[in-house]
Amino acid sequence: MKADRLRGAAASRKAPTGIAGFDEITRGGLPRGRTALVQGGPGSGKTIFGLQFLVNGARQFKEPGIFVAFEETSQRVMANAESFDWRLPQLLRKLLLFVDAQPQLDLVQSGDFDLCGMLAGLEAQAAAQKTRRIVFDALDIVLALLPDLAARRREIYRLHDWLLKRELTCIVTLKAPVDDPSSVTQQPYGFMQFMVDCSVILNHSVVLGVSQRNLRVQKYRGSQFDENESPFVIGKMGFDVAIVRLLGRADAAVTHERVTSGVKRLDTMLGGGYYRAACVLITGFPGTAKTTLSGAFAEAACRRGERTLFVSFDSDGTEVIRNLSSVGILLNRHVKSGVLRMASSRTVNGSAEMCLVRIKELAQAHGARCLVIDPVSALSQFGNEMTAYGVAERLLDWSKAERITLVCTSLSNEISERAEDDTLLHMSAMADTWIHLNYLVQAGERNRGMSIIKSRGTAHSNQVRELILSNDGVTLADIFTAGGEVLMGTMRWEKESAERVAVEVAAVARKLKGVTLDAEQAELGVRLKAVQTEFIAKQIEKTLLASTTASRKAEVLRGNVRMRELRSGDAAAPKRK
Amino acid sequence: MRQRAIFKFQLYVAADSQNSAQATANLGALCRKYLPGRHEIEIVDVFLEPQRALAEDIRMTPTLLKISPRPVQRIIGNLSQTQRVLDTLGLMAGAA
Repeated sequence: MKADRLRGAAASRKAPTGIAGFDEITRGGLPRGRTALVQGGPGSGKTIFGLQFLVNGARQFKEPGIFVAFEETSQRVMANAESFDWRLPQLLRKLLLFVDAQPQLDLVQSGDFDLCGMLAGLEAQAAAQKTRRIVFDALDIVLALLPDLAARRREIYRLHDWLLKRELTCIVTLKAPVDDPSSVTQQPYGFMQFMVDCSVILNHSVVLGVSQRNLRVQKYRGSQFDENESPFVIGKMGFDVAIVRLLGRADAAVTHERVTSGVKRLDTMLGGGYYRAACVLITGFPGTAKTTLSGAFAEAACRRGERTLFVSFDSDGTEVIRNLSSVGILLNRHVKSGVLRMASSRTVNGSAEMCLVRIKELAQAHGARCLVIDPVSALSQFGNEMTAYGVAERLLDWSKAERITLVCTSLSNEISERAEDDTLLHMSAMADTWIHLNYLVQAGERNRGMSIIKSRGTAHSNQVRELILSNDGVTLADIFTAGGEVLMGTMRWEKESAERVAVEVAAVARKLKGVTLDAEQAELGVRLKAVQTEFIAKQIEKTLLASTTASRKAEVLRGNVRMRELRSGDAAAPKRK
Repeated sequence: MRQRAIFKFQLYVAADSQNSAQATANLGALCRKYLPGRHEIEIVDVFLEPQRALAEDIRMTPTLLKISPRPVQRIIGNLSQTQRVLDTLGLMAGAA
């Protein structure tokens, strides 16, 4: 509550510039109703800064403004401003006025003069327009015409008094020496430093052929401000000042939603996929299929219908599409349907800061929910070594704040053996999930191994898997360990096929045994039947034998009696009758 | 003929500020000496007539506009460097 009130009070004492980052640095903008000094060398962006202050004031805060042009004509200022997305003509007259105040070329001067004429004219215009903001661009041009330092001082104070009385929030821009913009107090208008309430120095330097822009608030009466130099770029919307949000990281809503990595088994290894709005880093040597893995993610995102931006620093968008189609990742139809946007830039031309702004602009224009940067290590090339770390940090902060799922690849240095713990941008420390791809050279083969080094907030597998690219897509295979050695590629295949054969042989053997047993059983059955039959036969034979014996006996007996009868010799014979 | 031309001046001043008062005095003296009887001076106070000052692109005061004879000329400052003013207006010192 207290913080809110304080912020409210601060806001009323400050006039927000609407310039991304600058209002954060100054905790709310320029001092309201006071004068701010903006100094810088040629091409440092003084005019743009001033004009953007007025444009944003008019459009976002409904504060009418006047631009007083001492150096360039207002037509030229307006023509130059057409390169920005400011739509100046909409604002002209009612909310934005240009006043030309260049000394005429044929101007003849005789003796001392003052700026009352200009102020009288401005007074009339300011009253009609209800002006709240005013910019004096290149005031030094007119001051140079004054005969001596005293006269210059007098006119500056006249201007200052007038501004204070009208309670106008003002920017005065002045040229500063190119080589040493920090020594502004040494220059002819150094006393202005002490008069104004806020002073900003713009610096434009070239480091190893790459243009780097910096902005520094030198003083700000009655307010806290970031005292360090802040890099900035001039993009489509004008100034974009880079700030590292110290406490902002926690602001982004955390989610448990998962998105697929595009590789089924990798999802399983990660316990369900990447987290939505996470930053995933894929590191590896050249050719370890970093692009392929990120492409798989992009394709899966497109299939869900999520708008995706694929930024390639290595090769052309069409090349990436062709190359990925060879492993069954078909991106072309998503490009055609407009879900996928390919952006490429062979090398980083311009500062890393500039690249970040371009990526942001592209992502915003495309409404991207998923973003692939391949490789993000390109940002740290050529003259950007110093700034790239901050850029990477801001990239992460931004993507989290926008809830964009970010997949970055990073090239490891093949020479460095300890590539795993040394990525230039320190991305590995900041990323939520870090997947490392490696080669394993063994038995005359080079195979791709994949492992998850870390994945915050997810249970993840500790296994190294072999990454296999085929026409049908990307798959992961278990690797074999035999005798303490990891087997991949052909050796894994050999091992696998050996196992397969062994299984088959066992199955056949089992079958064969079964058949043999069946046969034996059948044979036994047959034998059993034969014996049984024989047994019955024997029984019958036995019975037959018994009956035959009995009848023979009776026959013999009967025969004896008959014979005796026939012989009739025995007396006993009649007895028988 | 050229000698007969009437010089029309507009002097834009900022109320009674020091430079403006000096310019008014300097212009009067100069005209009396070099253009006697053939000059017209209009004093315009930018605080009273800011729209005129805007229309004529008057930024610095005092500003002297020579409306005729053509071309229109513009001299800023308190006109203390008389010779410079005379040279600009094409009036040779002592040619009166």
